[in-house]
Amino acid sequence: MSKYLLKRILIAIPTLIAISMVIYLVLSLAPGDPLGELANSPSITPEIRENIRRALGLDQPVYIRYFKWAIAFLTGNMGYSFINPVPVNELILQRLPTTLWVVGIAYAVAVLIAFPLGILSALNRYTWIDQLATTVAFAGFSIPPFFTGLLLILLFSITLGWLPFIYDSTLVVSDISSFWAQVKQSIMPIAVLSLFQTAVLMRYIRAAVIEQLNLDYVRTAYAKGLSGWQVIMRHVLRNALIPVVTLIALDIPTVFTGALVTEQVFRVPGIGSLLIESITRSDTPVVMSITFIYAILIVIFNLIADILYGVLDPRIRYQ
Amino acid sequence: MRMRLRQHPFCFLSLIAVAFIGANLVTACNPAIESENGASDESASGDDTSLEASSADSATLKLLYWQAPTTLNPHLSPGTKDREAASPVLEPLAAYTADETLEPILAAAIPTVDNGGISADNTTVIWQLKDGVLWSDGEPFTADDVVFTYNFITNAEVGATSGEFYGEVERVEAIDDLTVKITFKQPTPAPMSPFVGGSGMILPEHIFQDYLGANARSAPGNTAPVGTNAFQVKEFKPGDTIVYEPNPNFRGEATVFSTVEMKGGGDAVSAARAVLQTGEADYAWNVQAEPAVLTQLEVGGKGEMTYVFKPTMERIYINFSDPNKEVNGEKSQKDTPHPFLSEKPVREAISLAIDRETITNQLYGEAGTVATNFLVSPNKYASPNTGYEFNLEKAAALLDEAGWKDTNNNGIRDKGGVELDILFTSSVNPVRQKTQEIIKQGLESIGMSVELKSVEAGVYFGDATNPDSVHQFNADLQLFAFDSETPEPDSYMELYACDQISQKENQWSKENSSRYCNPTYDALLAQLATEIDPDERTDLFIAMNDLLIEDVALIPLVQRSEAYAVASSLTGLEFTPWAASTWKMNDWGKM
Repeated sequence: MSKYLLKRILIAIPTLIAISMVIYLVLSLAPGDPLGELANSPSITPEIRENIRRALGLDQPVYIRYFKWAIAFLTGNMGYSFINPVPVNELILQRLPTTLWVVGIAYAVAVLIAFPLGILSALNRYTWIDQLATTVAFAGFSIPPFFTGLLLILLFSITLGWLPFIYDSTLVVSDISSFWAQVKQSIMPIAVLSLFQTAVLMRYIRAAVIEQLNLDYVRTAYAKGLSGWQVIMRHVLRNALIPVVTLIALDIPTVFTGALVTEQVFRVPGIGSLLIESITRSDTPVVMSITFIYAILIVIFNLIADILYGVLDPRIRYQ
Repeated sequence: MRMRLRQHPFCFLSLIAVAFIGANLVTACNPAIESENGASDESASGDDTSLEASSADSATLKLLYWQAPTTLNPHLSPGTKDREAASPVLEPLAAYTADETLEPILAAAIPTVDNGGISADNTTVIWQLKDGVLWSDGEPFTADDVVFTYNFITNAEVGATSGEFYGEVERVEAIDDLTVKITFKQPTPAPMSPFVGGSGMILPEHIFQDYLGANARSAPGNTAPVGTNAFQVKEFKPGDTIVYEPNPNFRGEATVFSTVEMKGGGDAVSAARAVLQTGEADYAWNVQAEPAVLTQLEVGGKGEMTYVFKPTMERIYINFSDPNKEVNGEKSQKDTPHPFLSEKPVREAISLAIDRETITNQLYGEAGTVATNFLVSPNKYASPNTGYEFNLEKAAALLDEAGWKDTNNNGIRDKGGVELDILFTSSVNPVRQKTQEIIKQGLESIGMSVELKSVEAGVYFGDATNPDSVHQFNADLQLFAFDSETPEPDSYMELYACDQISQKENQWSKENSSRYCNPTYDALLAQLATEIDPDERTDLFIAMNDLLIEDVALIPLVQRSEAYAVASSLTGLEFTPWAASTWKMNDWGKM
């Protein structure tokens, strides 16, 4: 097991190096320029442009910039943002709590709803419960989040006036009323995100459970006289979990990158909105750091998923 | 085996639980939600932090900026949004008000030739500073800070963005603690450019002195500036929120607000909605939205739109060189005249076929007026001699007269084998695409063929070596806005100078992307550079403007304003086109 782990980790290193090179190259080849915003102003003369380029280190060739970036990244220094006068890691740390709060809760809510709902609709296939759940699920992942977001804003903020649609990141939770304010401003983004996630997860869980229900071991379990609850919890669910675990494990890194669209709609200052802003402003150090951390998380959670298989299914052996 | 069987679902659930709690734990580090379970605070009853209470709270001002401010150092900032954010904290020596007169801010008085502040030959300016001004940290404000600001802006390693207004300055020196002397390299027509308005905000020397060089961008003062204006920064989250509080050392009357929140991000329409319809915020900056949408939001009655006309003008650039002919690996080379746009009647016909009134009314509404001049602002320099006409028959007649007729019956006019095929580019922006569409209709109805193209703004206005950039201008017409930032628009007039032509030899770094070159214009420009007399200067500006318009060197479309959504409860707002909208935020009040 530990040998397997070591092998996987050693493979991960060149993978990550290759990923970082590709991202860096793509970003530097992409058109656009952090100085683009300056172009519309007549006060920026060519000499000033040159000075700024030099101050940002953009006058050096790509491979030198890459090595500089890589060495700095290894020492935990992700460099300075081109646009914001702060180090990239400070920027990310500032945004991370909000993202984890909103996107993390949304994902947890989605998991908590999707499991019972998925199992329920698998067990009661083609009944009205299943039809309802399936319809909601289809609606959930066919309606894009920006649209559900706008619908919720129209209903709850404008027509009813119950919820704010501007997320206030300076709110300090110190008592019941401010906690209530925090809950109120988080409800809509969380609802939008979990609707989509629930829909995806529910369909997966339903399919995985249905696949198991017709297998012989389930029939054997019932024949042994186990109750329906015991069969589902002990036998079916355990086997059905394997594909679902992969899905969830690979989704957890996306919690870190935040929700690109939803964060924009509700002005949630998370990693997602940071990423979008940085891309439009060609803020390469920030884009590079976020995408690369995302790549690292994907690699790590892939590994975790593989290890979880072994835990869930003893037939799987690692060598 | 049974044991393990039972164990695993539990393991899995606990994993979810860990993920869930983990999220909470990390969130707990966030100052915003820090004392979630530390309910030790007993004063909860008297505390009105609930959302309704705080937005209705008259001591809190909520500003919405759909473009989030990213730095609080205006001299390192790429955009006006950052000046907006810096303005409540930092101040220039003086600023132009809406009627184009100078108002002293950190200066005790405005230097003039009459009071001896400006030397008779216009080479030196002496500013007297206000006495007893303190920085928000209690340090005194002196002439050394002004000198330091000059050194900061002009230091090449700093890469400051406001350097242009200081290029004519030879040196800046402190005569005594409250007197600054600026010496220009030669007699200057615009002695009031340095240290005035948005590009003239003074930085505190004692905060920035160790960052005068390549490390300027990492100065802590960029995110937590110390200033002389009525506010200081309590919290700054780049790209998200800035929280201001009153500056305890402010010289003037203290602001009525105990907290000002500037929230960034999102989109312009929902920012306007938050002010005009739901009342969640008090003010939204630069709301660019279609007039119909805004009118509908204003019905809510919680606030209304205010428009401040800026020197920004949306115009069509005409390419005077041939974008389809390659000379020495370069298209649009300045010595290859454009096959048809170099003919004046064709340019005139295009100008006549553009319905500027429809564009202005339908797409800009109250936020724009039809522009007829190259130099639209300040008013004293705006030419009264120009006009515009939308007349398709006249346009067609002009083309007929010039010999452009459809000889091969393909619906497009031609002459000598050259078809009137036009490639018309702009940046990706819904209003610009609609403008392009209206213009295309007009031009096609007089027998031209128009192909529209829109380029992503980052590329269009970005790196000049990109063939799609506005600097290379590899199309026949292009549409975007440009402005003259100060009331003395000398550098703006260079846009059509022969030596400013954007070419491969200068890496397309110059401004004259139309490659327009007219010796008469250049002669006037040379005259302008040495002219000091205000009346003569006015005449020159108007003559140069009229020359460009008469020759159809460009087609002005719309003078744009900046639109602000303002809650009805706000009072005491004063705006000027020449400074950030927040320049007098300390006078704002809330009913």
